[in-house]
Amino acid sequence: MSIADALKTPPGSAPGSPGTGISRRQVWGLFWLVLAALFIWLVFADWPDWVKNILLSKKAFLSACLNGLTLAGLYFLVASGFTLVFGLMRNVNLAHGSLYLLGAYIGYEIADRTGYWLLGVLGAFLILSVVGLLMQVVVFRRLEGDDLRQTLVTIGISIIAADLMLAVWTGGTYQILIPDWLAGAIKLPIVTAVRSNGSIVLLSYPFFRLVVLALAIVIGIGLWLMLNKTRVGMMIRAGVDDREMLSASGTNVHLIFAVVFAIGAGLAGLAGVIGGSALSVAPGEDVRYLLASLVVVIVGGMGSITGAAIGALIIGLAEQIGLVYFPTYGVVLTFVIMVVTLAIRPQGIMGKSQ
Amino acid sequence: MNAHVTQNPATPTRNWLARIGTGHLVLAALLLAYPLVSSDFFLTQIGGYSLIFGMLALSLSLLAGYGGMVSLAQISFAGVAGYTVAIFGENNSNILGFGWPWWLVMPLALFFAATSSALIGWVSVRTEGIYTIMITLAVATAAFYFVRQNYTLFNGFPGYTGLRAPIVFGVNFRDPVPFYYMCLVAATLSYAAVLYAARSTFGLTLQAIRDNPRRMRAIGFDVTAHKVVAWFYAGLIAGLAGVLLVWFNGRISPGTINVAAAINVLIIAVIGGLKHPIGPFIGALMVVLMQTFAIDIVGAERFNTLIGVFFLAIVFFSPDGILGLWGQLRQRLAQEDLRSRQ
Repeated sequence: MSIADALKTPPGSAPGSPGTGISRRQVWGLFWLVLAALFIWLVFADWPDWVKNILLSKKAFLSACLNGLTLAGLYFLVASGFTLVFGLMRNVNLAHGSLYLLGAYIGYEIADRTGYWLLGVLGAFLILSVVGLLMQVVVFRRLEGDDLRQTLVTIGISIIAADLMLAVWTGGTYQILIPDWLAGAIKLPIVTAVRSNGSIVLLSYPFFRLVVLALAIVIGIGLWLMLNKTRVGMMIRAGVDDREMLSASGTNVHLIFAVVFAIGAGLAGLAGVIGGSALSVAPGEDVRYLLASLVVVIVGGMGSITGAAIGALIIGLAEQIGLVYFPTYGVVLTFVIMVVTLAIRPQGIMGKSQ
Repeated sequence: MNAHVTQNPATPTRNWLARIGTGHLVLAALLLAYPLVSSDFFLTQIGGYSLIFGMLALSLSLLAGYGGMVSLAQISFAGVAGYTVAIFGENNSNILGFGWPWWLVMPLALFFAATSSALIGWVSVRTEGIYTIMITLAVATAAFYFVRQNYTLFNGFPGYTGLRAPIVFGVNFRDPVPFYYMCLVAATLSYAAVLYAARSTFGLTLQAIRDNPRRMRAIGFDVTAHKVVAWFYAGLIAGLAGVLLVWFNGRISPGTINVAAAINVLIIAVIGGLKHPIGPFIGALMVVLMQTFAIDIVGAERFNTLIGVFFLAIVFFSPDGILGLWGQLRQRLAQEDLRSRQ
């Protein structure tokens, strides 16, 4: 290795060099490692009193973490469609929350009438995909290249949709019943307390919420595989980077747009049924999930599935942990995270700078 | 909305100015005489309310039309001013309410509104274009949820009641006619200020930044500072509207600043048109009239569908709002006129 080469390589990362300092990357790695170790200790150790003084009980802390994780799963399902559509079409679909709510209502109706919950999930996904397809073909294609008008149109659609859904399903709260094989609580192999007689208390947690988390992970991996390993995914990624070039190289961009919009809307609908089963369905949820998607995508970075996953994780955990430890300021915590992200990294954690 | 055209100062403009001057004079005469012919209901519920919402939309129009930044958080800044009035002034909710006089509370409310607007602006100008909508929508939603959950400062869900316009020099501004004139004065001031600012050096710079921020940065202008100052002014107007709004309603609660209200402001601005500061007021009048009389057409429940459809129609067919329709009509009439002369 010549001296010039040695000068070019940053200290610490040069292969085989006996560097004395450590690189920035290694510091971060160490930081995350310590954090992970601390978390694992918090999960499995028997808490000493001083930890209990800070974090209340172990049960409350772990429940908050698990709730945060499941909520993050739900947020990811909603936000992944939002971020895909935005990344590809530069279209901020402010009717995304309405798609979620509509999916929840449709899932409720199907599950209620047929008695099969899975049918409700599938039906909501398919019907909302078609709705998304129609929105893309009928509305957005006409306004292509005019970002602001597209956004305004989605606002109009969300107002009308909210009002019509209120007319059909009224203002009541619905709960989608989950089938027996998903209901109930299971005991996790995590000790929350040791009784005085030596018997241990295991943490019990609703099984369905764990299913939600697992489903989100599966869908996340599926999306990642589709985007990174298939031909369609390749086209979508190319479209995110340079739409005109993709179009010029002979791809039918409109077809890709339609597919992405259908997937995004379908995922929102699917998330609606899942959310309506784990939590509840009511008017106003559309705004809540729209906000969640917005913040998740702003924090995670526009147009990135990995970013949506990271953003959802941060926001979901922050919301639930905030709910336990400082109830009135939970929303502000979300907001602070968003502002800090914008201040440090305006394009979001995984976003590409323009 | 990038097509905002300012009068080119190089062309001789006396004739144009004179024409606009007449229009303004006629409008002013009509508005001043309005209390003579209208009932109390039309005076406050239509007149005052339209002027207040016109100002809110104007503050958005200032940012969107001249600065290219579409903000959905204007109602939140109005809410900041409104809550300031409630907390520092008098209320009958038995919480806080320091009972400060109006001439102290009002500047304070405007200051808080403008400062919070500048702060949010400072955060959101870090990103551009469509992102601003997302960030400000998130801000507006977060503000709504925060105010609803916080009882120590904002009294949570019920908010504050018993907020009254002051009595100054024996004039009771709670009465319809003085209240209408107060709104009219505030609206005229904001309108004139925006019109003036648009032709000032600052306004021209802002418009240049909207059209090409990179070039302006290269020339040596501080792009961020200009944008943040625009946010400050917009917050001032929104704050003024917010103070009037709480005096109009007599109360403020999270419902006043919820997402529907935030979007309502945008709808008003878009329906009216962002090309000229008169647009927001036209839009406000349209929306308030629809709000009031939609009950007779579609029933009170489905009002949102009506306004949504109307909004969609405007966005699809006339991107410049009602002002744009008027422009198209005038153009067509001019063509007809030419044809008939041939």
